[in-house]
Amino acid sequence: MRLQGHAGRIAALTVVGTAIVLPLVIFVLGPNMPPGHRTTGASSQVNDNTVLLVVMTPFTVFILAYLAYAIFAFRAAAGEELRDGPPIRGHMPSQIAWLVVTSAAVLFLAIFGTAELFASNGAGGGEGPKPIAKPSGPVLPVQVIGQQWEFTFRYPTYGGVETAELVLPVNRQIEFHVTSLDVIHSFWAYELGVKADANPGVDNVAYVKATKTGDFQIRCAELCGLWHGYMFDTGHVVDAAQFDTWIAGERKQFTPVEKYLPRYSVTYSPDPQVRAG
Amino acid sequence: MNFRRLLGYNLLTAFVLGIVGFYVGWWLGHQFSGPSIAYFADTGQNDIALFLAYLVGLIGFLSGLGFASYPIQRLLGKPPSLREKETAGTGRYFTLCTDHKVVGMQYLIGIGAFIFVGGLNAMLIRFELLSPTKQTFNANNYLTIVGLHGTMMMGMMTSGILGPFANYFLPIMIGARRMAFPRIEALTFWLLMVAGVILMTTVGYGGFPTGWTGYAPLNDQANMGMDSYIVFFALVGLSMSLLGLNMIATVVTMRAPGMAWGRLPIFVWSVIATSVLMLLAAPVLISTLLMVALDRTAQTGFFNAQAGGSPYLYQNLFWIFGHPEVYILALPGMGILLEILPVFARKPLWGYRLAVTGMLGISLLSWLVWQHHLFVSGINADLRPFYMLSTELISLPTGFIFICALGTLWQGRIRFTVPMLFALAWLFNFLIGGLSGVFLSDVPSDVTTHGSFFSMAHFHYTIMGGLLFSFFAAIYFWVPKMTGYAINERFGKIHFWTMFIAFNSTFGPLLVIGFLGMPRRAVTYAGYLHGGNTWVSISAFFLGGSMLVFVGNFVWSQVFARVPVGANPWASKSIEWQLPSPVPVHNFDRIPTFGADPYPYGDGDGAGDSTAPRVVTAPARPRP
Amino acid sequence: MSMRVQKALATLLGIVVVGILAGIYVTSLTGGPTPYRVPVAAAAGGRSVNLTIQTVAAVGPKLAPNANWVSYLVREHGIWHRSTVWTLPANSLIHVTVYQFDGKSGLRNPFLAQARGLVGDAFTLNGKSLSTINPDDASHTFAIPQLGVLVPLAGVADDAENQCDVAPCPLSTAHNTITFTFRTGKKGHYRWQCFVPCAAGFYYGFGGPMQTIGYMDGFVNVV
Repeated sequence: MRLQGHAGRIAALTVVGTAIVLPLVIFVLGPNMPPGHRTTGASSQVNDNTVLLVVMTPFTVFILAYLAYAIFAFRAAAGEELRDGPPIRGHMPSQIAWLVVTSAAVLFLAIFGTAELFASNGAGGGEGPKPIAKPSGPVLPVQVIGQQWEFTFRYPTYGGVETAELVLPVNRQIEFHVTSLDVIHSFWAYELGVKADANPGVDNVAYVKATKTGDFQIRCAELCGLWHGYMFDTGHVVDAAQFDTWIAGERKQFTPVEKYLPRYSVTYSPDPQVRAG
Repeated sequence: MNFRRLLGYNLLTAFVLGIVGFYVGWWLGHQFSGPSIAYFADTGQNDIALFLAYLVGLIGFLSGLGFASYPIQRLLGKPPSLREKETAGTGRYFTLCTDHKVVGMQYLIGIGAFIFVGGLNAMLIRFELLSPTKQTFNANNYLTIVGLHGTMMMGMMTSGILGPFANYFLPIMIGARRMAFPRIEALTFWLLMVAGVILMTTVGYGGFPTGWTGYAPLNDQANMGMDSYIVFFALVGLSMSLLGLNMIATVVTMRAPGMAWGRLPIFVWSVIATSVLMLLAAPVLISTLLMVALDRTAQTGFFNAQAGGSPYLYQNLFWIFGHPEVYILALPGMGILLEILPVFARKPLWGYRLAVTGMLGISLLSWLVWQHHLFVSGINADLRPFYMLSTELISLPTGFIFICALGTLWQGRIRFTVPMLFALAWLFNFLIGGLSGVFLSDVPSDVTTHGSFFSMAHFHYTIMGGLLFSFFAAIYFWVPKMTGYAINERFGKIHFWTMFIAFNSTFGPLLVIGFLGMPRRAVTYAGYLHGGNTWVSISAFFLGGSMLVFVGNFVWSQVFARVPVGANPWASKSIEWQLPSPVPVHNFDRIPTFGADPYPYGDGDGAGDSTAPRVVTAPARPRP
Repeated sequence: MSMRVQKALATLLGIVVVGILAGIYVTSLTGGPTPYRVPVAAAAGGRSVNLTIQTVAAVGPKLAPNANWVSYLVREHGIWHRSTVWTLPANSLIHVTVYQFDGKSGLRNPFLAQARGLVGDAFTLNGKSLSTINPDDASHTFAIPQLGVLVPLAGVADDAENQCDVAPCPLSTAHNTITFTFRTGKKGHYRWQCFVPCAAGFYYGFGGPMQTIGYMDGFVNVV
């Protein structure tokens, strides 16, 4: 009967704890999870993070409640004579129940994660040269070129103009093509919820659609040598008219260097190919 | 003083031959790379010479310790000298000794020293990050510090529990007098020590900029300090695979009568699960590093995209080693946890078979998840759902470990000794580590958390919160058995509480800071993260301070106070506690025979009044 | 001596040795070049400074431990030093003169052959005002990415006579002179670097001097 009591109290603690924490997770923490709601990809990450938290909550509360209860109820009294506990070596029903519940949670998370991945066009993550989760409809391709130690950008639909600054139009589906000229970098546009490794010789595609205008941070997220920590920049999401003005200005400014640029390509193979000198 | 002894195989000879070997290799490298293989004179660096210097130096050092003597004498058909069997005096701790208990002690102190170096670097990292832009260490040195911290910790902690505690206690637990390959056992230790020194020499060669992952092609651009990293990790890999081989061979062949597989203590099972990974994963690392070394010296192009190679190849090979590696770090901690809980809850281990299944399951699954490190790299995008599933599946066997731990506490009579506190803290830390891991396994969430401080904090929760806490649990639990002297409990508790609170106060906020957009290994960060980073740095200094409390307590208790503990201070029923402390040279007068479950708490013979295990001693088997 | 005193002394010795080793290690990592505080001159319309630098193909044994490495040098009070950390005043015009003694290497990304972020969007090469050079002629670039500043530096022709072999190079040897002006913005700690793969012998020309502060990389402290 005592055993019933312990189990009952742990169950009650778990239920009450979950009932308190779950609404906080769903209504307070969840909507405020990073990376925010500035793009479709970021929103689906927030959504995903919230679902993960919701699934985790009961397990976390159960384990912590159990631990707290065990520490309180099963402790040996101070100065108590050394005594053994009951020789319980397992309990098949609870083992099976645990296996079933954790398996169900894991399978749900894997299926949900996959569905969310496809529904969000890859959620802003790099998908390699042949993306399988991609949007239907027109896209604006933007190339991101990582090099030691700066990102530069090319807009193939605007004459392949190369720029040192990243500006994106709002409410248009962007198709990033991320590549590198040397070592591995990683293009991380934090507020856009975009991260794609820049590998030399690889075209890494990521999709995003910004739904709000504003600035965003660009950071390199893969150790790329001396100035890795300084490989940051600020990008801008602007409305369509501002974007057109900006890109026209860039095309004008960078006319002198235009004749030297290689034809737009998804990857580049510049010299020196191995060692300089 | 007997000067003739100085000329024999000992640490002094080893140092002399090691240094001579280093310069012989250096000289050779310059002879050989001049006319036959061109190194680029413009660079002013000769990687071939440095590789040869390290390798010849290593051979010199090991020969000086006497490792060459046995194989050479066997080859010449002479009876080998058995000097290494010498078993008395403090001197045996400083030389090649094949007593598994001496090797265990050597590992404990040796690894402890290198963990101190790794920890010092962690303090320097946090000092640097006190300011978002201003630099104490310049960008070069910061990357070297980050690389040294990560590489040293990863390399040394792989053997952090198997080295000291499995070497010492595994033979005892299975009723053996030694390991299967005692010379290899000693070799694994000395390889690790030489490797550690080699890694530290990187500072003199310009450091290395790659962090512990050493990604190509950045590793090809790096200074000569990169060669120190390559040789270090290859030697660690060699040491790991030999250690794993030895453990497996010992458990398979050396079990005492009655020690059926189902009666192995759970710690032994965790060692088996770890050893399988060590034996199979480390060779991948060694061959990968060989390819890097060839890229750097012989101008091959394994990892150069423009020469027909691929940086992806390096990433794949590295993580095929690297993901099992992180379970090599996690599994022994689970073994320690489940070994300690029954003693202080006075209960048999709950769900023994489930726990074994959990450990072997983790061991198996850890081979199938490595591409989750490459979720945003653009490789095999169509396999991401599979790797998402396989990664999340690991939470099932990990869940087994948790439920077994919780079940063991059920209706126990818990005594909150220092080792027990560390074990319970393991449960809390690893819970957070595991939950944060779920975000990284889920592709959409991983897009933001990948390569950020979130993932860094996640693996510190599992490795530091898991492995290092269980390492300390094992120290407080077993060192009294190894030395015969108690560790002061009051200071042990101060150490525990400062470490536990400071640890969570350091890495908890780092999870948040990572989610808010701070990339790993960056010497600068955005201004809005300044407050959080300052908090974390101050907590980290407290965490460092708690380690000093430990070192002080350890030295005071073991060197000065020296309170004898007797055979069985914890009233454990495991076999090692039935022997005197410290364990005598031959472990057992008679090889024991095992008759039952390793955790006979509460079994029939009156609650708790018996501390004796179900061991039936039998006459020793005739020695061959 | 009693056993206890011996132990105490041994422990003390251990603490001292560990402390000294740790101290040596930490100081070896903190030691950096002292920044060169470029003298400020008052000029019409605000402060301005003149910064004179040169680039050399091999820095030579006198100025650096790596004699073969390519490097920038700076003229401090009339003497050439190998120092790449400079202190500049905020919100000021910086007039830079570069004596370029190194040969051509070529840029990996031709886009970086166009100057940006300069006052007047142009620089002078041997007196001629330009905004772009042929990327194949580039020997180095001077770039402060966080300030948006980038200047391509054309290399000396391969067949030029009287090439400089040992740094610091006198102006009597073959060189190009590049001048440009940029404006420092608000206070901060900015890095500068070269984008040309000029580190001979290294992978993609980006190892050694390209990844060691004091050669082709440095900081500007804007105060």
